[in-house]
Amino acid sequence: MNEVANISGSIRRRLTLQLLGIAAVLAALLFVMVMAYAKQVAEESQDNILSASATAILDSAAIQSGEVTVDIPYSALSMLGNVSDDRVFYRVVADGDYLTGYESLPETTPPRGQENRQFLTSHYLGESIRMVSATRRLSNAAGPVEVTVSVAQTLKRQRETLERISTNAAYIGFGFFIAAALLAVLAAQSAVRPVQALANSVSRRGPQDLRAVQAPVPGEMAPLVDALNRFMARLKKSLSRSEEFIAEAAHRIRTPLAVLRTQAEIALRRVERPENRAALKEMIRAIDESSRAAGQLLDHAMVSFRTDHLEVREINLLELAEETLERQRPLAEMQDKTLSLQGEVPPPIRGDVILIQNALSNILDNAIKYAPEGEDIDVTVACEDSWVVLKVCDQGPGFAPEDIEKLTERFSRGKNAQDTVGSGLGLTIAEEVAQAHGGHLKLSNRKNTRGACVSFYFPQS
Amino acid sequence: MRILLFPSVLIVLVASLLSAHAFEIEQHKIFPARYEGATLRIISNSDIDIFAPMVEAFQRRYPSVSVDYTVVSSTELMKALYDEKQVFDVAISSAMDLQVKLANDGFTRPHSSSVAELMPDWARWRDHVFAFTQEPASVVYSKSAFAGLEVPTSRQDLIATLRNHPERFQNKVGTYDIRESGLGFLFATEDARTSDTFWRLNEVMGTLNAKLYCCSADMISGITSGELVLAYNVLGSYASARAANDPDIGILHLEDFTTLMLRSAIIPVGAEHPEVAGTFIDELITAYWSKEGADYYPYPKLDRSDVAPNLSQRAIRLGPGLLVYQDNLKRQNFLREWQNAIIQR
Repeated sequence: MNEVANISGSIRRRLTLQLLGIAAVLAALLFVMVMAYAKQVAEESQDNILSASATAILDSAAIQSGEVTVDIPYSALSMLGNVSDDRVFYRVVADGDYLTGYESLPETTPPRGQENRQFLTSHYLGESIRMVSATRRLSNAAGPVEVTVSVAQTLKRQRETLERISTNAAYIGFGFFIAAALLAVLAAQSAVRPVQALANSVSRRGPQDLRAVQAPVPGEMAPLVDALNRFMARLKKSLSRSEEFIAEAAHRIRTPLAVLRTQAEIALRRVERPENRAALKEMIRAIDESSRAAGQLLDHAMVSFRTDHLEVREINLLELAEETLERQRPLAEMQDKTLSLQGEVPPPIRGDVILIQNALSNILDNAIKYAPEGEDIDVTVACEDSWVVLKVCDQGPGFAPEDIEKLTERFSRGKNAQDTVGSGLGLTIAEEVAQAHGGHLKLSNRKNTRGACVSFYFPQS
Repeated sequence: MRILLFPSVLIVLVASLLSAHAFEIEQHKIFPARYEGATLRIISNSDIDIFAPMVEAFQRRYPSVSVDYTVVSSTELMKALYDEKQVFDVAISSAMDLQVKLANDGFTRPHSSSVAELMPDWARWRDHVFAFTQEPASVVYSKSAFAGLEVPTSRQDLIATLRNHPERFQNKVGTYDIRESGLGFLFATEDARTSDTFWRLNEVMGTLNAKLYCCSADMISGITSGELVLAYNVLGSYASARAANDPDIGILHLEDFTTLMLRSAIIPVGAEHPEVAGTFIDELITAYWSKEGADYYPYPKLDRSDVAPNLSQRAIRLGPGLLVYQDNLKRQNFLREWQNAIIQR
């Protein structure tokens, strides 16, 4: 029962780790996308201003005295200086012939089709540059002339911008990851919560509670709960079958045992040799023991059955004790023992009369058996806090202190009862009955004098 | 006219090509260090007399640095660094466009200055060009020769005055020969970019047979000697220095706009002592831009509240815009137009 489950991994940890992994991948993706986008925007804005500059220069191109000339507007280059500290280069080429500017700027391939802008990333004077070339056709007397203006700028500003954005994007990605991580932990916890709830509800159950689990569970857990319910139903069936079997067996044994005992007593009267008489007496004692055990087994089976289907009504515990004592009195008197009852009429309790009587009978039976001859057995009914306590005390040897904890287990007998007839079921029956009524059984030894006490605690109704 | 001029331009070009293997040095001086140490080679278009206090102050703080100071014109400076790749540690020039071109075309080293936060953003470019002066382009005139005339306050006024009194100004007006002077060219292009009055003014000066000069100092000397009555686009910093000794010199900051030139320093790419050069540049920056300044700072400091209540002062912006007038075609066109306007016979 107490074996630790064979654990391999944890759903919550696995879920958390997977979600964290996903969050990390998404954060990295976010970073990469932001950077790609920022790079695109930075490049576009630089391309735009370079285009504007090239266009302004191109617009100033004209034919004067049959020659192509350009009158570069001040703003064409100063506009580049407005947005950044980057170095600026330009070149004007007419029909492939260098006209002005920086002659050694990278070559551009002539534009094709409608597109009259070209963008190029290259190197010039030891630095990376971005270059835009624009082309326009002028009409000369000798025919059309193609003028190409290239404007280039170093990438320092773009690099700085991207570095700044990359720092910010890294912070954003990290923040995203942290937020996602927190959410992942919460999500994993909420995902395993139904499992924990089920485990709690099952482990909170009493030992006899084998009802099916009714609480709503998520669809994914339905097969598990179904299996559990089926398993418990089988267990319950198997338990009740074995109880029935035991009851049946006890019942079948009791009648032949009674016949056997009568025959043995008749035989005892007839034989006279002392050794034969001793053997027969020993036989009768064994028959008594078997018969009593069978009786208790029957009682126990009955108790087990009735605890599932209590017939509850209001009970005056004092009256009930009185009746039960009356029934046991002949047996006690045979052994020269006195049964006495004390107490006032207690508040009523709700319970099953037959069960409580049966439990009390078993305890009295025990007491009568263990108490020395001529001693008294006291039964008291009293109130203690919200409990009604029915206490049976004898003057026997008492319980061994080390036994008190486990005496109520089935078939367990005290160390100091080895030589007396008994099956060990009496206290078990009593405890089961007390628990079935929401109470408990308490075992103790009398203070200042010999004897053991068994107390039923029933809650007041 | 154009046909006559073209050969002369060619001659100038050919002459400069022939002398390309050796740039022309105007002055040279070595400031020896008290202790053995590195030699900082400075090429500059600032006169030794003006710049010496700066160098001496630097040597007081760093006594182991000798300074080799070479004075050239701004165009020769460009030639030395751009064409001949001569070895210098610091280049100081008033020709902002040439400084920017050097930096843009990769002839300078970056310098991450520890005192950069002292200066406004527009006073440096790309951690390569660092400005340490603001010097106005002024009109300088002779007070005695102007007697009886109202002093003009704008270019419109100036044009009217010149036009209405040709007898006084004929042959007595001076300005930069922008073919020779890098600074003159810079001022002229800024003027042309800012207002159309520049061209009309040049036309008027052309009709008055204006004299052309290489440098501000010569124009101021012209005023003091009586050779000139008025000079246009003279470096105000030089003029105020001379006006202190000559009460006849009058300085005008025209109210329609006054161009401010920023003298700047760069570290050429071939510098042998770039760290010392950086320290020297930091020293220049601190001397001008720090609140407390420095008593050895050789240029007059611009006090904006004093000169221009109407915020007409426009500092020339460092940046790629300055490359525009360095373009061959643009430059040729501009010079041609300028010559057409100012040289009328």
